[in-house]
Amino acid sequence: MQTPIVVQDVHKSFGAVKALHNISFTVQEGELFGLIGPDGAGKSTLFRILTTLLLADKGQATVNGLDVVKDYKAIRKIAGYMPGRFSLYQDLTVEENLHFFATIFNTTVEANYDLIEEIYVQIAPFKKRPAGKLSGGMKQKLALCCALVHKPAVLFLDEPTTGVDPVSRKEFWDMLQRLKQKGIAILVSTPYMDEAMLCDRVALIQNGQLLNIDTPQHIIAQFSKPMWAVRAKHMYRLIQDLRAFPGTDSCYAFGEYLHLTLKDGTAGVDALQAYLDTKHHEAFTMFSIQAGIEDCFMELMNTENV
Amino acid sequence: MRQFIVFARKEFYHIFRDRRTLLILFGMPIVQIILFGFAITNEIKNADIAVLDQSKDYYSSRLVQKLTAGGYFRIDRNLRDQSSITAAFREGRIKMAVVIAPEFSQSFHHHNKGRVQLLADAGDPNTATTLINYATAIIGNFQQELNGELELPLTIDTTVTMEYNPALKSVFLFVPGVMTLILLLVSAMMTSITIAREKELGTMEILLVSPLPPALIIVGKVVPYIVLSFINALIILTMGVFIFGMPIKGSLVLLLAECVLFVLTSLSLGILISSVTDKQQTAMMASMMGLLMPTALLSGFIFPIESMPLPLQWLSNIMPAKWFIIILKDIMLKGSGLQYVWPQTLVLVGMTLFFVIMSIRNFKIRLS
Repeated sequence: MQTPIVVQDVHKSFGAVKALHNISFTVQEGELFGLIGPDGAGKSTLFRILTTLLLADKGQATVNGLDVVKDYKAIRKIAGYMPGRFSLYQDLTVEENLHFFATIFNTTVEANYDLIEEIYVQIAPFKKRPAGKLSGGMKQKLALCCALVHKPAVLFLDEPTTGVDPVSRKEFWDMLQRLKQKGIAILVSTPYMDEAMLCDRVALIQNGQLLNIDTPQHIIAQFSKPMWAVRAKHMYRLIQDLRAFPGTDSCYAFGEYLHLTLKDGTAGVDALQAYLDTKHHEAFTMFSIQAGIEDCFMELMNTENV
Repeated sequence: MRQFIVFARKEFYHIFRDRRTLLILFGMPIVQIILFGFAITNEIKNADIAVLDQSKDYYSSRLVQKLTAGGYFRIDRNLRDQSSITAAFREGRIKMAVVIAPEFSQSFHHHNKGRVQLLADAGDPNTATTLINYATAIIGNFQQELNGELELPLTIDTTVTMEYNPALKSVFLFVPGVMTLILLLVSAMMTSITIAREKELGTMEILLVSPLPPALIIVGKVVPYIVLSFINALIILTMGVFIFGMPIKGSLVLLLAECVLFVLTSLSLGILISSVTDKQQTAMMASMMGLLMPTALLSGFIFPIESMPLPLQWLSNIMPAKWFIIILKDIMLKGSGLQYVWPQTLVLVGMTLFFVIMSIRNFKIRLS
């Protein structure tokens, strides 16, 4: 068995814009590999290079041992690709779309039904509905079915959960976990950092460069600084005050709390308390927390920017 | 093969589920042919004229009768004096005035000369010229009738026969023209739009990542339009024959085969357009501006090619429509067989091959 995805020193520019710079990573068999990064980081470009739709300026990439330039025809037979934009026929029904994509990949829905069954039963009640009239989550499930229907060896999912409600997002990731168990290597991209925890390994991509490749657990473990969650009645004033405090290392809003790290770590707390007392914040609370994957990414992106 | 059938079926779904497409495909041809056939015509029928008969004798009234007998002219009013002619023209109803000099019969018999004056409203020069030609012809005819009675010596008797279209019906020019225009537009525009749509909606991205060979993508997209355009050709032909009395003197099989050939030419042109555009809008504008205008103007459909400046005449040679109109007219009106229209047929075949090769060369197996 070949390594599903190998990327080596891939560069790609569009005019003066460097979309990808020196990208290298591998995805192992049965691995769920996450590509995490903001919009415009170069995720889609990388997907298109791997799915043979674009040519890299420099570097090599193979999918199942097949070169993305030389053996593009062979790759097109074994890869499942779900583009970032919903790309099914909106005026065709769910059923027709699925049959169409099964046929153009020289197979039938029935032949690989066991693979898509779990997902398909959820959209089966709407099988006579035009794909364009489905909800966002349903559309993505259908798109996944269509990408899976020919039993691909490698699955490329470009932002499959963007614009999807939280419940459907969770369902979607559950499905990916089960697909992984069937031995399909999956490369998935997402702008949502919380989804990183669900991957076996993640790579953080920013401005066309990979920042770190590791398991989510390792990435969290590497985060050494103590962290506090802080809140008060007037959050906006609080975040400004905290950022103005010279001992503050970083301060970001996460939901209803601010996540705070200090330059001197635990030793800096007393100074902070004294500083905040002069600001008179109402309903002020502060407690120590374990850093999450998002904190790590914020940290990584920051150090990279400096 | 199964892939191809499924692909073509998908294309039919697209067409039949989109009302706009259906309307363009089948509504436009019918409306256009009716418009061109009935409304836009340069024939004269029941043109209103005024008559100032200053002699009011036997021959003059026969002449007036003769003028109106053919159904070309209708007497709107009889005038009493010269001065009322201008007023009548000003009113705008009459297109021509006929003035018959006093003592028409008498001068005709005694001086061998009858004097008739024709005044036409040349604000519209084409109509004026046509009216004058018609009237002159009728008067000449009348003169011959009288000559028969009078036996004048020395006359040149010109016999004019309008071959292939004796009644000079403009429909005979318009039906082949409209048919060409519609087939070209529908085929080229529709294919270019349908391929551009796949690109615009991102479905081309998935099609490219599939094992489908590019040729199959194109053929699968085009075949439904061949069928539909052919049906269109049949509709237009049927309307031409039954509503406008267009003859089909040549072989129907040859005619239909030439239609298929022209449909193929237009479709391959559409594919070529779509291979250089990514947006439906662009594809539509390119087809409309790039095909409709030059075709209507340079194919000989509206303006005769012979009277164009030389560079435009050369340019007209690259219009597929020009050749197809010649073929249509030859087969339908003259009843020519393949032995007469093979050069034009060959030109169309050549153009089709050129377009197909160009589009295959331009077809991108990747996104950029």
